[in-house]
Amino acid sequence: MRFLLLFSRQGRLRLQKWYTAISEREKKKIIREMTTMVLARQPRTCNFIQWKDMKIVYKRYASLYFCLGVEHEENELLALEIIHRYVELLDKYFGNVCELDIIFNFEKAYFILDEFLMGGEIQETSKQIVNRAIESSDMLQETMEEYMSKPAF
Amino acid sequence: MALKIVKGSIDRIFDKNLQDLVRGIRNHKEDEAKYISTCIDEIKQELKQDNIAVKANAVCKLTYLQMLGYDVSWAAFNIVEVMSSSKFTYKRIGYLAASQCFHESTDVIMLTTNQIRKDLSSPNQYDTGVALTGLSCFVTPDLARDLANDIMTLMSHTKPYIRKKAVLIMYKVFLKYPESLRPAFPRLKEKLEDPDPGVQSAAVNVICELARRNPKNYLSLAPLFFKLMTSSTNNWVLIKIIKLFGALTPLEPRLGKKLIEPLTNLIHSTSAMSLLYECVNTVIAGQYWESVGNLCVQKLRILIEDSDQNLKYLGLLAMSKILKTHPKSVQSHKDLILQCLDDKDESIRLRALDLLYGMVSKKNLMEIVKKLMLHVDKAEGTTYRDELLTKIIDICSQSNYQYITNFEWYISILVELTRLEGTRHGHLIASQMLDVAIRVKAIRAFAVAQMATLLDNAHLLTGNTQRNGICEVLYAAAWICGEFSEHLENPMQTLEAMLRPKVATLPGHIQAVYVQNAAKLFATVLKGEEGNTDGTAAQEASQLMIDRLPLFVQSANLEVQERASCILQLVKYIQKLQQKDVEVAEEVNALFAGELNPVAPKAQKKVPVPEGLDLDAWINEPPSESESEDEQPKAIFAKEEPKHSRPRHTEVDEKELARRREARKQEQANNPFYIKASPSSQKVYQEAPGVEHIPVVQIDLNVVLPFSCLPMSDQYVKMEEERRQKERAEKKKKEKKKRKEKRSGRGKKHDSAPESEEDITPAHMVDIVTEEMPENALPSDDDERDPTDPHKALDIDLDKPLADSEKLPVRSHRAAEAQKSPTDGETENATLQEPKKKSSKEKREKKKDKERDRKVYDIQGNLQDGSQVVVSVIFENKCNSFLKSMEFNVLDSLNSKLQRPEGSGPHDGLVVPFQLPPGVSNEARFVFTVQSIVMPQKLKGTLTFIVKNEDDSTHEKLDFKLHFTCTSYLITTPCYSDAFAKLLESGDLKSSSIRLEGVNMPFHHLLARICFHHHFSVVERIDSCASMYSRSIQGHHVCLLVKTTVSIDAKCDEPTLLGNVLDEIKQTFSQC
Repeated sequence: MRFLLLFSRQGRLRLQKWYTAISEREKKKIIREMTTMVLARQPRTCNFIQWKDMKIVYKRYASLYFCLGVEHEENELLALEIIHRYVELLDKYFGNVCELDIIFNFEKAYFILDEFLMGGEIQETSKQIVNRAIESSDMLQETMEEYMSKPAF
Repeated sequence: MALKIVKGSIDRIFDKNLQDLVRGIRNHKEDEAKYISTCIDEIKQELKQDNIAVKANAVCKLTYLQMLGYDVSWAAFNIVEVMSSSKFTYKRIGYLAASQCFHESTDVIMLTTNQIRKDLSSPNQYDTGVALTGLSCFVTPDLARDLANDIMTLMSHTKPYIRKKAVLIMYKVFLKYPESLRPAFPRLKEKLEDPDPGVQSAAVNVICELARRNPKNYLSLAPLFFKLMTSSTNNWVLIKIIKLFGALTPLEPRLGKKLIEPLTNLIHSTSAMSLLYECVNTVIAGQYWESVGNLCVQKLRILIEDSDQNLKYLGLLAMSKILKTHPKSVQSHKDLILQCLDDKDESIRLRALDLLYGMVSKKNLMEIVKKLMLHVDKAEGTTYRDELLTKIIDICSQSNYQYITNFEWYISILVELTRLEGTRHGHLIASQMLDVAIRVKAIRAFAVAQMATLLDNAHLLTGNTQRNGICEVLYAAAWICGEFSEHLENPMQTLEAMLRPKVATLPGHIQAVYVQNAAKLFATVLKGEEGNTDGTAAQEASQLMIDRLPLFVQSANLEVQERASCILQLVKYIQKLQQKDVEVAEEVNALFAGELNPVAPKAQKKVPVPEGLDLDAWINEPPSESESEDEQPKAIFAKEEPKHSRPRHTEVDEKELARRREARKQEQANNPFYIKASPSSQKVYQEAPGVEHIPVVQIDLNVVLPFSCLPMSDQYVKMEEERRQKERAEKKKKEKKKRKEKRSGRGKKHDSAPESEEDITPAHMVDIVTEEMPENALPSDDDERDPTDPHKALDIDLDKPLADSEKLPVRSHRAAEAQKSPTDGETENATLQEPKKKSSKEKREKKKDKERDRKVYDIQGNLQDGSQVVVSVIFENKCNSFLKSMEFNVLDSLNSKLQRPEGSGPHDGLVVPFQLPPGVSNEARFVFTVQSIVMPQKLKGTLTFIVKNEDDSTHEKLDFKLHFTCTSYLITTPCYSDAFAKLLESGDLKSSSIRLEGVNMPFHHLLARICFHHHFSVVERIDSCASMYSRSIQGHHVCLLVKTTVSIDAKCDEPTLLGNVLDEIKQTFSQC
C-alpha cells in the first residue's frame, strides 16, 4: 500500500496516510489528482483505476470516499476488503460512524488506522483484537486525561 | 475545588482545543485562510508555554492543519518535545504528528533516536506500540541503522502486540538499511510459526513483500509456506501466500506440480472472490496452465459476465494477462470481449480495448477496427475517444503492420480519424501517415492522392481553432505530397493549395514544412512541363511562388522566414532563366534528389564504441584537488570541455584494421540481433507464394468521394472482402483442377473450411522498408531495472551463514565508542565490550556449551535533576538457560554513588526486579547521585546471577564498568537564536576551540553526529557554519560554533567541563 486518503464529496480531505516517503509537494499533487479523478467517476462504475505505476482502489461510504493507492501487483479485491474493514472498525468505535465523527475526532481515526495497518501492510486481521488494542490504549489515555475532558462536540 | 475551576478556566483562555478549531473553520467558510492564520498565531503562542498539555494540544491542532495542506514544518521541534512527554496521551499525539509531518529530510529526526529507543524499551506496551507505529512512517536510513537491533529484539517480545508491530516495521528497516536483512532474517523466519495468528500473518506479509521483489532468495522457504497454505483458514493470509507462490513458481517448476491440487481445490471451493482472483493470477503466472488453465478461463468468463462491475473489470484484466502467454484461450471469448466495448463503464471498455490489441489477426483486423470506428463516432468523452484512437493505431501498427493486408484501407482509416475534433493525437496520426508512406513503397501513389485531398480541404481541419491538435496531420500531408510528388496527378493544384494565405495561421513548424515542400512541388511542376514547347505552365508556377512566398518571408517564425526567403530568391533566379528559355528543371530537381530512408529510433544509441576508444578516460588529467575552493567552477569547466573535442586516435596499422573489419563482419553475420540491410528483410512478404500475380485493385482516383463525407474505409473493407473471395475462388479452382487431375470428387469438404491465416495474401506487393541501423549495431538495449528501486538492495542471499561483520550495530553508551581510540589504554575498556569478552572467557574456562550465557549490556545515560543520573541497563539473555536472582552492584566513588534503598549498606547490591527466560531482554534503571559533573568518571561493577538449567543451576558473575562521560551529563535543550545571542553577549562564558583533523563528511552529517552523540541541538545554521547549544544537568550552558572547515569554537561557563566535552567530541570524530 502506498497511501490512504479520505475525502468528502466536495473534495475536502478528511484523512491522509502515506506509507512511502514522498515530498510534501508530491503529496499535494497526488491528493489533488485523486480527488478530481475519483469524484469525476460516474456512479456504478468499477472501483479501480490504473494510475501511473499503481492501482487506485476507492469506495464511497455515505458522503465519504475512501481511496487507497496500492502497488501494481496487489489484489484489488483485497484492497476493497481493507477499506471495508477499516470502515467497520470506525463504525464499531464511533457507533454508526458519520463524516462528522471523523472530522471532529480525526486523531482517533488515525489511531484506529494505525492499529489495523502499519507501514502499508495489514497488521491485524481480527476485528476483536484491533478493538481491544484501541480500547486499552484509550483507557490508558482516559485515566491520565483530566485536562482535555471536554465533550466531543 | 474552586481553585481547580479557576485554574482550568485560565488554562482554557489559551486553550482552543481541536474541536473548537474544527468548528471554527467550519463557521468561517468565507474567510477560512484568515481564520486559520490567526489560529496559527495562537498555536505559536501556545507552543512557547512550558505546560506540556498546552503544547500537546497545539501540536494536535497543527496536525489537523497539516492535513488541510498548511505547512507546519516550523513546529517540528515542538513535535519532538511532545513525543518525549512521559504521559501516553501526549506521547500519542506527538508520534501521530511526527508520522504525519516528518519525512526523510526533516532535520530534527536525528534528535529523536534516543527518545525512540527509550520508548521502544518502555515497560508499557502501548508506549512501544506508538513508537513503532510512528517510526514506520518516518524511518530514515540513520534511524534504521541505529535502531535495527532494538527492533530485532522486540520481535521476541513477550507481548504479541509488540511482536506483530516489530515484525512489520522490520520490512521498512530492511528497505532503509539492507544490511540488517541477513542478521534479522532467521528471527523473522521463526515468526512464521509464531503461536499468535497476528504475528504469523505479519511475518507472512513481510516475507511475501520481500520475496515478490527477489524471489530466488526465498525458494528455501517454500515447504514452510506450503504447510501454512494447507493449514491456514485466514483468507487474508492465504492471499498473501498464494501471491508469494506466484512469484516463486516461475523459478522452480517442481513447485508448480505440487501446488496444482491445493490451488484447484481452492478455486473450486472458495466463496471469497478475492481469494479466487488471487489463485487465478497465480495460475497465470505459474507453470501449471495445462491442468488448471481451462478452469481459470471458465471462472474468468463467469466473472466477466457478472453484473458486478468490479468483477467484470478484474476478469478482463486477468484475461489480458493470459493473452500474453496463451492467446488461443482468450481468442475464443472474442464475443464476450466485444460485448464489453458497449459497457457504460469507461474503465471496462478500456480494459476490453487492451484485450482486443492482442486478439487481432489478419483475418479479423478489419472487422474489429470497423467496430472501433463506430465507437469513435459514438464516444462522448474526449479522453475515451482519444484512447480509442491510439488503440486503433496501436492495433494496426503492431509488430511492423503484421496484420494489415490492405494499406489503402489503413490510409483511409487514418484519413477518417483526422475528422475527430479536438483530439490530442494529431501528432500520432501524422507520424503513422509518414511511416506508412515511407516504408510501404507500393502505397505511395495512393497516399499522395489522399494527402493532396487533405491539403485541398485543409480548412476543414484547421477550421475553428489554433489549439486543434489535428492540424499536425497537415505536416505529414505536406511532406508526403512534396517528397513523393512524382505520384501527384495534378501537382499545380496541390502547389496552389499549399500556398494559400490561410496557411500562415498554422503553427510555425508546419508552415516550415509547407514552404520546403512547396519548393519540391515546384521542382516537379518544372520537370513535368519540361518537354512542352509552350512554357506558360512553368512560368505560371514560378509566378505563383513569387506572389505567395513573401507572406512567409514576413513570418515571425525564424525557420519559416529563413526557408521562405531562401526559396523566394531561388525562384526569382529561376524565373529569370525561364524568361531566357533556359532549361532549368534538371538543376532544380537535383536539389531534392535522393531518397530519404527511415532510421530506426534506437539507431543512435546502437552505434558501437570503436575499439580502442575509452569514453570514460580522461583526455586531460583532471586538475588536482588541492586547488582552493574559489577556483572550483573553473575546474568543472575544464573537466567537461574535453568531451566535445575529438576522440583520441589509437595508432593501429592498416593490416590490423583490415583484420578487425573482417572479424566484425563475421560477427555480424552470426549475430541474430544484428539487423541487416533492407534486401533480406523484405523476405517476409516475398515468401508468400505468387504475390506478384495477385491482381492489384485499380483505384480510380476521380471517383474518390468528396472529403467531407468520407467513410471510405468501408469501401475498402468491401473491396478487400471481394478480393479475398475472388482469391479463394481462384484458389479453389486451381485446387479443383489439381484434384481433378489426380482424382475427382474428393475436395468438397475442404472447400467449406474457414480460411486460415496464411491463406490471406496482402493486396499489394508490400515491401516494408526496414529502418536503418548503423553498422555494428550493438544488440543489447534491455531495459535495466530502475537503479533507484529500493528493493534492489534487498537482493541478498539469505541462506549463507552470517558473518561476524554483518552483526547489527548494537547500541551502546556514548562512551563506549570512545574506547576504541588508541589513546585509551586496555584498562579503559568499559561497558558493552567488556562484559562480552569476560563472558566468553568464562565460557572457555568452564568448557561449556558455547551459546551458554552471552548477555548484552546496553547502557544509556539518562539524566534528570541536578545531581541525579539515571542509567538504564538492558539485559538480554542470549543463552539457552533461564537466568534469575540477578543482583547489580557498583563500587561507589567519592563523586558518584549508586542510590540504594534506605537501610541497606553502602556495598549491598540491588536486586534486578525480573528474571530472564532464554532469548528475552528487559530493562532496569538505576539511579546514581553525582556531585561534580565536570570530569568524566568510571565505575566498576558486578552482576551476579543464577543460571538455571533443566537439571542443575550455577551461580555466576559478570564484571563491567560504567563510563560516565561529560557528554552524558548534557541534555539536548532547544534554544532560540535570540536567547543564544544574548547568552554569548553576556560575557560570563569562557571560550576554547579545537580543530578536527581528517574529518571528511558532509557538513550536515557532522552536525547530526554532534547532535546524536553529544546531545546538542542546532540553534541556527548559516551557510558554512552552525551554532549549537546544549545544557548540563547542573545548568551549565555549552555553546558551539561549528564551521565547515571543521573547527569548533566553543563557550561554556565551566572551562573544565568544556575541555572534557571537546575532547570527547574529538574522540568521536577520530574514529571515523
